[in-house]
Amino acid sequence: MTMDAPSDHLIEIRGLAYAHGARPIFKDLNLTIQRGKITAIMGPSGTGKTTLLRLITRQLIPDRGVIFVDGVDISMLNQTNLYKMRRRFGVLFQNGALLTDLSVFENVAFPLREHTRLTNRLIRHVVLTKLHAVGLRGAADMMPVQLSGGMERRVALARAMVMDPDILIYDEPFVGLDPISMGVIVRLVRRMNDALGISSILVSHDLQEISTVADCSFLISDGKVAASGSPAELNQTSSELVKQFMHGMADGPVAFHFEAPDYEEQLLGRDAE
Amino acid sequence: MFRDFYNTLKEFVRTFGAFQLFFLRLLQHSPSIFVKRFRLVVKQVYNAGALSLVIIMVCGFFIGGVLGLQGYSNLARFNAEDSVGAFAALALVKELGPVITALLFAGRAGTALASEIGLMKATDQLSAMEMMAVNPIRRVLVPRFLGGVISMPLLAAVFSTIGLLGAHVVSVNLLGVDAGAFWIQMQQSLDISDINEGIIKSVVFGIVASLLAVWEGYNAVPTAEGVGRATTRTVVNTAIAVLIFDFMITAFML
Ligand SMILES: Nc1ncnc2c1ncn2[C@@H]1O[C@H](COP(=O)(O)OP(=O)(O)OP(=O)(O)O)[C@@H](O)[C@H]1O
Ligand SMILES: [Mg+2]
Repeated sequence: MTMDAPSDHLIEIRGLAYAHGARPIFKDLNLTIQRGKITAIMGPSGTGKTTLLRLITRQLIPDRGVIFVDGVDISMLNQTNLYKMRRRFGVLFQNGALLTDLSVFENVAFPLREHTRLTNRLIRHVVLTKLHAVGLRGAADMMPVQLSGGMERRVALARAMVMDPDILIYDEPFVGLDPISMGVIVRLVRRMNDALGISSILVSHDLQEISTVADCSFLISDGKVAASGSPAELNQTSSELVKQFMHGMADGPVAFHFEAPDYEEQLLGRDAE
Repeated sequence: MFRDFYNTLKEFVRTFGAFQLFFLRLLQHSPSIFVKRFRLVVKQVYNAGALSLVIIMVCGFFIGGVLGLQGYSNLARFNAEDSVGAFAALALVKELGPVITALLFAGRAGTALASEIGLMKATDQLSAMEMMAVNPIRRVLVPRFLGGVISMPLLAAVFSTIGLLGAHVVSVNLLGVDAGAFWIQMQQSLDISDINEGIIKSVVFGIVASLLAVWEGYNAVPTAEGVGRATTRTVVNTAIAVLIFDFMITAFML
């Protein structure tokens, strides 16, 4: 099924609703991701950013609403076409998700070995190039357990890039990186996007990095898009919610606390009776 | 009360259906993995089979030794202690070899499979594969399933062979049964159909034990506790299933 959407709309989400069990995560989410841009998805912890990424790649099925990737309704794809679509994505998981029984080199080589018939020499060449880009060529023979958290994420990034995807999805790529690697990775994200014409979706809390790297950002709160626009536009906005988020204030429309019974009551133990 | 029963029944039917579907999907991918990715299977034969060898050999030797002792002392009442070789061989090949190997396999290899797969699930490795357009059932589960299915008959054969050695050491070398009588009685009483029964059993048990292990791992609740529970369930369910199938096959082959 195709839609006559303008071709610069890479991903379109219309009227998305999704609940984890009884807990509604999205109520009526609408959002468009432009081709060739870096789109940032922001929002307080627990609003469902990771869930949104899983919906876009159809690891989860929405309760209501449609998601179009390149004009194709992804709920209509059969397994073969779904896998074909997923090959266009490179995904960096929030926790790296390296395959623990394979070395760093084999982790990065994994998609190549599964999907291509490249010779070992060529695979070696490609893998070492990608590892070099994230500064870990020297760690090629290590096992994932021997890596630090930040190194693991960089290897996962190399693996996400190795098939030269059209769409790169990063779930919190900057967490656990020191300022030096952070700068390198930010530039890498930018360069991949511009030089290779990739579209990137970036989930992050790091406002400063987002404002240097993103073309467009969406702030998700309470199951909806609360604000969207370029980082500069968001900075100028008058909305209380956006201001609170952009300036990191504890008081405002976004509750810092997860839904809970009254603090005083719970501490004084009336709850327990 | 009735409602509870109804819900339990519904849940059971649903799980059983999913289990059958899961088995069919494993079978569907098995031939092509076996042919095209044989190396993955070999690695799992090593993990499930070769690494279980020591425990299988030690247990086989002592079970055989016990058969030698029991056979000797019980058969001596009928002045038939020369038949101890036949007694041990029949018991090992038809019954103890396949069954005890399957139980040991569940404890050694089945738990390893279930916890490995459960942990891969808990750490998003299976999702990551899905996202790389690699089917984890095909890439992760099928080689492990095939590795188990191939290993089990081989392990059972090793178990029975070492068991016979144990019986020989105890009855001939220690208790003084005539070695010639030991072997000749064994050859005369052991039929090809007995060996076939043992092979059929160990193949069926191999399928059962590997299937249950990968199923439990794949459906584990993705937490440390969930993986632990899946591991326990693997051992318990395999033991029950193996003993039930053992009874049915024995009855059928009688
Ligand atoms: N498997 C699950 N079962 C039930 N609820 C879940 C599950 N996964 C996530 N949730 C709930 O869904 C909500 C959104 O989770 P999600 O991981 O998408 O948040 P997030 O925006 O990525 O947060 P963070 O920034 O902390 O990573 C959370 O409130 C969480 O409680
Ligand atoms: Mg998240």
